[in-house]
This record gives sequence, structure tokens and C-alpha cells, in this order.
Amino acid sequence: MSEVTPRLNALLAPSPGRRFSLALPSIWLWRLASVAVAFLIWEVLGRSPISLALPPASEVAVAFGEMLAKGEMWAAYANSLPPLLTGLAIIIVGGVVIGVSVALARTAEWFLLPVLIIFQTAPVSAIIPLVTYAYGIGDASKIVAIMILGLPLVALNSYKGIQATPPSLIAMSESFLASRFDTIRYVILPSASGMIFAGLRLGVSGAFIGIVLAELLITPTGIGDLITYNRAIARYDKMFAAIVSIIALSAVVLALLQAVETRLFRANARALP
Amino acid sequence: MTLAREAPAAPPAPMPDEKPILVADEVGLVYGGNVTALAGVNLTVPQGRLTSLLGPSGCGKTTLLKIIAGLIEPTTGDVTVRGEPVRGPGPDRALVFQDFALLPWATVLDNVGYGLRVRGVPRQERDQVARHYIEEVGLAGFEARYPHELSGGMRQRAGLARALAVRSDILLMDEPFSAVDEQMRRKLQEDLLELLRVEQKTVIFVTHSIEEAVYLSDQVIILTQRPGRVSTIVRPDIDRSGNVDEIRRTPRYMELVDEIWAGLRQYVE
Amino acid sequence: MTLSASARPRNAFSRAAARITARSPFFSLIVWAALWELVGQLGLIDLIPPLSAVLVAVGELFERGSFWEALALTAKTFGLGLLLAIVVGIPIGLLMGLRKRADQLLSMWVNLFLSAPLTAVVPALMPILGIGEATVVATVFLFAVWVVILDTQAGVLHVSRSLVEMGRVFGAPGPFILWTIVIPAAMPEIMTGIRLAVIRAIKGVIVGQIIIALIGFGGLFDTYLSMFLMERFWALIIVVFVLSFTLIGLVGALEKRIAFYAGTR
Repeated sequence: MSEVTPRLNALLAPSPGRRFSLALPSIWLWRLASVAVAFLIWEVLGRSPISLALPPASEVAVAFGEMLAKGEMWAAYANSLPPLLTGLAIIIVGGVVIGVSVALARTAEWFLLPVLIIFQTAPVSAIIPLVTYAYGIGDASKIVAIMILGLPLVALNSYKGIQATPPSLIAMSESFLASRFDTIRYVILPSASGMIFAGLRLGVSGAFIGIVLAELLITPTGIGDLITYNRAIARYDKMFAAIVSIIALSAVVLALLQAVETRLFRANARALP
Repeated sequence: MTLAREAPAAPPAPMPDEKPILVADEVGLVYGGNVTALAGVNLTVPQGRLTSLLGPSGCGKTTLLKIIAGLIEPTTGDVTVRGEPVRGPGPDRALVFQDFALLPWATVLDNVGYGLRVRGVPRQERDQVARHYIEEVGLAGFEARYPHELSGGMRQRAGLARALAVRSDILLMDEPFSAVDEQMRRKLQEDLLELLRVEQKTVIFVTHSIEEAVYLSDQVIILTQRPGRVSTIVRPDIDRSGNVDEIRRTPRYMELVDEIWAGLRQYVE
Repeated sequence: MTLSASARPRNAFSRAAARITARSPFFSLIVWAALWELVGQLGLIDLIPPLSAVLVAVGELFERGSFWEALALTAKTFGLGLLLAIVVGIPIGLLMGLRKRADQLLSMWVNLFLSAPLTAVVPALMPILGIGEATVVATVFLFAVWVVILDTQAGVLHVSRSLVEMGRVFGAPGPFILWTIVIPAAMPEIMTGIRLAVIRAIKGVIVGQIIIALIGFGGLFDTYLSMFLMERFWALIIVVFVLSFTLIGLVGALEKRIAFYAGTR
């Protein structure tokens, strides 16, 4: 029998069998509810006299609309998006290629693995001021910042995913006289795809952190500038609108990535015990 | 004695020499609104005897045991212990788990004493009682060990000692030996019989092994598959007064195993 | 079985390479250090002085009061922010693991902020909390708290069902089960969450300071860059990295001591 699986709270309380039939509203209703609750809390906090620099959510929403209508937002993103997308492309392609090479070629592993581990774990954002200092206010410093913060995460996860291929699967493939290439193509990469995508998510998140940091630190352009400028002139509603926009954009990109993964690999089909 | 085939709906008559301690009356469980796990289960458990719930996987025997333990509330029907309806877990019943359910961070002594700790028994007394039962199940010397340092068989001995330590009249055992290897399983079965000679317990024993059920039980209740209901009740009536390792050689034992298999094979095919 | 192609080395060069790479990859850091020294000595890149000069600067750094002041401020803000993240994160994680409603309301935000560019939030903290320690503490908290929540929840959800049933069979009340079974059983995941929180908190304390660029290491980085004191800048980077790895290593060791039973559940 498939186990009756109530959650732990149902176990902690005396659990009648009847309770399992309780139908729950769909996930989207809950998301809506949780957005509404968060909005409400922000609104209340904003209206309470905590700080002038914390405007209520409704004012931020209005400012957001205004910035969209007047084109401020578009102008900022016209500056931020090209380096962001370039950087993302570089870390996705480059990161996977480096990760796969490090996993499959021993010399590459010996030479690059420690560096990747250091860059993944250490607070490498400390180097970003130097990057902006070196590359100036152009797109190059943004792209380099994205690479420093994102690429090691992608590469290291790809590496780990390939390392985690069950040896029995590789032995199976070799026992059927598959070529090295076939084994990589049909066994190793599909097996590693979950970890690789996990790495892409981390990398995308790192990329956003990197570009915002670069734009905040020195490059007076793009979305970072929109935040800094509006803070300087005390238009806190606009400042928060800009912050919300970049966080929302990162969520959208991550959701797209998730959709691609589901489309390509049907995540549930991968999970063999 | 022959196979006593009884109509599923009628509660079986109690054994003549024993009074019933636990009765299930029309117990049914429906979950998710439409999946019927158990339908109208009736059974009577005589005091001081070992009753097995035997059936293929998916027949709801573990679910039935959890209903008896008070962990799951049935949708219909009732379980009564000495005439009192079960409303949840109670001190009259103790459960031995298939996966042992030992706290990995606690020593054998603390694991065995857990039930007493829940009841607020002071440390010194708790340890004393725990030591007694640890010795009784043959784990003496392992009090300070952690579960991960023990073999599967030893872990279940600890689980058994924990259930014994709270001195419940009824011992519920959920496929307790299914997670250990065959040799150890036989040893544990023999030791359980020896133990029950000392401890006067009523045991309800869930198993999917025909051999195990016949070897251990005074009464075997055979459940059919989904929805689970009682199909047959068998009283092995094997003489267990002698050496425990003789039982498997008695003609009665072998005959019964064959008979039960003959009855059950239709559900497998 | 290794994944690397294990073909026989073809020539002297690849045989030598094979001999070298047979050693732990961490020996390659020696090669990297040598490369750094070479690039510095040849003066190929302005911004990269020779490693030897940087190491000398590390020694000098320890003689500076400004370094110790920055370290003290960093340690204080890091510790406070991390502590806050743990103290707030664990109860929320427990709640989300135990109550489906809490999970449904909060999981979206936890997952969002786990990977959101929180660097963008730091400028907003400055006018609210002031340009000082409070902002750095808040940054550390914001970087670290989400992973504590997520892992605590995962720990609660992974608690073996039969352990909880065992507690119930013995008649233990809910809070007793929570305290004696659920929380200890979730400890391996909680510790993993704390270790990851430490890594994130370190990143947070650095990000917060370099965005403020006035206090702590952030102030020093800014000063060294604007005065083009590259040796000192790199020396500080090395010190920060070494400190981070030491701390993460310590927490990792602590985690291993608790995780011994994670595999045996």
C-alpha cells in the first residue's frame, strides 16, 4: 500500500484518517495570498513612523508604474541588460565547458579545481572594487564581475554532477562497448544534468549579485545607478521600485531556467533511487 | 485442527481457553476520500497469546496494526482493549517498529528508557528498568553503544527491550524481523519465543512470511489484498513446550505452511 | 572507478604530467603562486604586484592598528548578523516544517531571497539603519537567514516518520516529541544550514562593507585602491580569504561531529 503520508504536524497531533481528504487550494492561490500578506506587512511598516526611508508598498508600486511609463526603468535596463545577458551566456557556456573538462581531464582537474573551490567559497566580491577600478565604467567591468561571481559556481557544480555519475552506469555503458563519447553523451551528461542545472541557478544568482555590485560600486549606469541616484535625492519610493525590479528580474530568469530544465529533462524522470 | 474458514463479516469466536483482550469490530479505513485501505475488519485477540496478521504487501496489515496502536483513527468501526475503545496510543500497548525507530543520537540505555522518560520516571529508576530488559533481550554489555554501532538484529533487540520496558500488556510488532538477514531472523524468532515464556504478553505480530507466522503464532489471521479484510483465521496449535528449534521439524508446521500458501497463492496470481 | 580517461601516457611530457597530477590538486596552488610571482616580477599587469611583495605586505598589515580595528568591526558585525540569522531562522524553519500553512505562505519568499541579488538591498538599508555597523549586521543577516530557514525545514521534513510514531505510541505530548525527537533528528540539516549560513554571512559582511566603503575592511579596500597601494590591497584579500577558509573549516568540523548519525537514520 502506498503510505498514507500526512506531514509531521498531522503526526504530532492525533491524526484521524478523515483529515486526509481535506482538499487544499492550489499553489497559485497560496502564492497570491503570500504576496498579499507581504504587501500588507510592508504597507503597515511603511506607514508606521519607523523611518522616512521606508515608504509604504503602495507608494513603491505607484513609483514603479511611473518609472515604467516615463521610461526611466527602460533606460536603466538598456544599460544593464546587454552586459548582463553577455555575462550570463559566458558563465553558462564557459562554466559548463570548464566544469566538464575539469571532471573528465585529469590535468585540468589538477590545475583548476583548487582555484574553483577558492572562488566558490571565499568572499570574492572583495575583488570587485579592483575590477571596476581596472576596467572602468564600461560593460567590461560588469561582465568580469559576473564571471568572477558566477562562473566558478557553474563550473564546480557541473564537475560535481559528473563526478557523481553512478559507476555502475558507466560500467554498464562500457560493457556494451560504447565509445567514450557515447558514454559521455548518453550516460554521464544526462546523469549530471540535475547538478549542472543546480549550478546554473547558483551561477545566475551570482551573476545578478555581481552586476548589481559592479553598478553600485563605481559604474554610474544602469539599474545600480537608478538605486544610488534615487537614494541620493531621497526618492526612496523610486529606489525601492528599482530594487524590486532587479529582484523580480532575477526571479523571472531563474524561473525560465527551471522551465528549460523541466522541458529538457523532465526532472521527475531523472530520479531513480 | 484444520483450517477454520470463517465468514469475513462475523467476528470469530474466542479461543475456548482464553478470554479476549483486544477486539476489532468492523474496522475500516478510507483515506484521500476514495482509497479503501481496510474494509470491515473483525478480529479477536486472546490474552497471553501471539496472534499474527499475515498477508501480502499492500493488504493493510501495518495500517491495521497502527490503528490498534492508536496512531491512525479508523473511518469506521472500533478497536477495544478490555472493552475500552481505543482513542489513541495508551500505556496498555507498546509498538516494535519495522525500521527499529531508534534515536540515532542516544545510547542503547537511553533508547530503551525512552518510554519511561516520557512517563516521567526518574533517571535512576529508568536506567535500572532499562538495564533489566536490555539483559533480557540479550544485549547486556551494549548499554553505552549507539544504534549505528549495532547490527540489525541487535538494533531490533533494543527496540524490543524498549517496548518491554514500559510493561504494557500488549506488544504490537510491525514486521519486526523483516529488516535483518535470514539467519538472524531465525535466531530472533527463537529468542522471541523463549522470551515470551518469561514475559506473559499478548502479542500482535505483523508479518508477510508464512513460515514466520506459523512458527510463532497461536493464531494466524490472514488478510486479503485491497481493500484489506480478514479472509481466514488459522490456529496452528503447535506444541511449543519443547525446544524452540524443534518446531520447524514438526509435521504440523510443514503441513500448515503448505496449506496457507495454497490458500494465498490465488491472490498472487 | 575514475571518470578521467586512463589511457597510457604517450610521450615523455604526458608521462611527467601524469606523475605530477597524481598528487593532490592542491599542489597546483604552488604553480599558481609561481605564476603570480612571475606576472608580478615581469610587471605584466599594473594591478598585480609580485606575490612575494604581497606577502611582505601581509606581515606589515598585522602591524597596523587600522587592520585590527577593521577586523574587530568585521568580527562583531559578522557575529551579530549570523547569530540573528540563526536565532530567527531556526524557529521559522521549524514552523515551516511542522505547519503546512506556514510553508505555503513563506516558502515563496524564502526561495526568492535565497537566490535574489541582495546586494541591491544594501543601499536601501543605509538610509534606514545609517551608514555604519547596523547596516552591515542587517546585510549579514539578510545573506544568511534564508539558508538556515530552508535547511531547518528540510531537516524537519526528513525526520523519520516512525521515530515520531514511536514517541506518540509512548504517549509523549507534542512539545516533548518536538524537543526530544524532531529537533535532534533535524540537527544534521540544521548544522548544514548553519555552515552554509557562515559562508553566506562572510560574503554578506564583505559586500556590506565594500558597498558602504567607509568602515571595516570595506573602508581599507577603498583606501588602498584610491591610493594605489596594490600590495596592501592584495595582502588584505589574502588575509580575508584565509580567515574565511579557517572559519568555514572549523564550522565544517563541527558539522561532521553532529552529522555522524545522519546516514544511519
